Amino acid sequence: MTIAAKGTGTRGGPTGLLRYRLDLKASPYLYIAPFFVLFAVFGLFPLAFTAWVSTHEWSLLSDEHAFIGLGNYETLLSDPYFWNALGNTMSILVLATVPQLFAALLLAHLLTMRLRAQTFWRMGMLLPNVASVVAVAVIFSQLFGRDFGLINWVLESLGAGRIDWQAGSATSHVAIAVMVAWKWTGYNALIYLAAMQAVPREVYEAAHLDGASRMQQLFHVTVPMIRPTIVFTVIVSTIYGLQIFAEPQLFGGGGQNGVTGGASRQFQTLTLYLYEHGFNRGFEFGYASAVAWTMFAVIVLVALLNYLFIRRIRSAS
Amino acid sequence: MTASDLVDLSADSSPGGRAADGRGSTDSRRPVRTALPGRPGRRARARLRALREQPGRLAYLTLVAVLFFSGFPLYYSFVVASRDNSALATVPPPVLPGANLVENVERVFATVPFGTALVNSVIVSGTVTASVVFFSTLAGFAFAKLEFKGAKVLLVSVVATMMVPVQLGVIPLFMLMVELEWTDTLWAVIAPGLVNAFGVFFMTQYLRGALPGSLIESARMDGASTFRIFWQIVMPAARPAAVVLGVLTFLTAWNDYFWPLIVLSSPENQTVQVALSTLSGGYVTDQSLVLTGTMLATLPLLAVFALLGKYMISGIMQGAVKG
Repeated sequence: MTIAAKGTGTRGGPTGLLRYRLDLKASPYLYIAPFFVLFAVFGLFPLAFTAWVSTHEWSLLSDEHAFIGLGNYETLLSDPYFWNALGNTMSILVLATVPQLFAALLLAHLLTMRLRAQTFWRMGMLLPNVASVVAVAVIFSQLFGRDFGLINWVLESLGAGRIDWQAGSATSHVAIAVMVAWKWTGYNALIYLAAMQAVPREVYEAAHLDGASRMQQLFHVTVPMIRPTIVFTVIVSTIYGLQIFAEPQLFGGGGQNGVTGGASRQFQTLTLYLYEHGFNRGFEFGYASAVAWTMFAVIVLVALLNYLFIRRIRSAS
Repeated sequence: MTASDLVDLSADSSPGGRAADGRGSTDSRRPVRTALPGRPGRRARARLRALREQPGRLAYLTLVAVLFFSGFPLYYSFVVASRDNSALATVPPPVLPGANLVENVERVFATVPFGTALVNSVIVSGTVTASVVFFSTLAGFAFAKLEFKGAKVLLVSVVATMMVPVQLGVIPLFMLMVELEWTDTLWAVIAPGLVNAFGVFFMTQYLRGALPGSLIESARMDGASTFRIFWQIVMPAARPAAVVLGVLTFLTAWNDYFWPLIVLSSPENQTVQVALSTLSGGYVTDQSLVLTGTMLATLPLLAVFALLGKYMISGIMQGAVKG
């Protein structure tokens, strides 16, 4: 600092020194300011303000915003459609996440081997992730079609009957879960692969000497070693899964049937429910905000539960 | 999990972090540039090779199956896009491309302003990418190489915000756009995407290793201002990470759907994803039309992927987060 100050001092005199000091002190804050300001305005403020709006009878169409306390929440919690949406979301979340992360682990394990054309396989796995959720939803809606879908045709030729995927609660959840899993399995496999490559080789040497098979090594050596990464992917997948929107909406055909998640709301998720009240009919901003804030609470709760659950596994093993 | 746990988790101690090259290096000052995954040093590679198992036939068979399931839906969208709608009703369904592709493409452009939507998406994704890369490099430089009060707390708060589901703030965000009279303009989609926490965190991590402190010190002694150091030393040094961040950001922006659907209403202001949903939202769903649109919207991404997929992989393996 002193040397550097001298360096500039000789050039610019006292004003140069002042400018140098100012530059040194203020620059860092100036450089991080754009992020914090823009994030505050377009990210944090709207999220926080949601809580405020949720305590009002607030609609886009009227200028009056009457304070009604927890009124919106009371309506929400007594609406069976809300509980339906919550149940659907949880069901899709579990169906999509558990098999997906499990498959990702196995694939990552496979990728740690001495493969030829390593990059090629990795890129193949990431390919689905490139397609947008809209594209994924549209393509799979075609594949899962009742009358002309390829999947039903395969089922039929295997001797199983045709399934009306959209009509049932369980079947529609499976179809939506497949869309999510297809897009994200390879992505998570790459994250696990990165984690696995960082596990010290000595650990495997020891396991190998003890006669552990490859599979035993995966579950007794690798999984405990990469636990932080697993926690991370579980939480990120949960946050994503609880906000699923495009897949069910487009699976339902995009129109009103999509917004309600099927004729009997068999696959309406929480975000669809929010969208229905906030933007699809009457712009009930107050009520929709209560939905959003409740979802926020659910996300925090589920993420926390996941975290605690996985910690328990650690202490148990 | 607290935010500081996460900093910890995704920094040195993270298996998904920079130590991912198999060297097991946990020194945060070690250059990241040489530690991009998939490029371990020669000696480390030899050691790895000695221990990694030779894959058997079953391993390759599994990989081929995975590749098939990864690629097939995309291939099938091409099949449907090249067929007449009535051909889809045949049993068994067609699995080979037909001859109606050009006709279907023309129909897509006639049904929705798809060309405009493509241009809109390019404008939005391009602006968002440039902005995210620039501001993330700027902030990353400050966090990685400059000393200031509160740096640690502020960095922790950046990481904490990566986990915040800001999508849930859509209602006030929409109200804000109404206030600004930005609804149904591309600004409404661009503005919330201008910065993101992941970018800042990613660049901080990278610059910490890639930029020798001595280089900055000597530039200072030569009388260079901080901004000049940023412009002439940091920006060029950040280029490899900027490519990775740029590709990931572009993809996320291009594929964004929920917010554009809410805030963009008129057909000539829609982005590609919203136009696609309009296509599929008709009363009688014309599958070959919808899937032709899907294919057109996905092709540019596949081109980007073919060219820069390697960088995406290294970005994700360095501990990327879902966008």
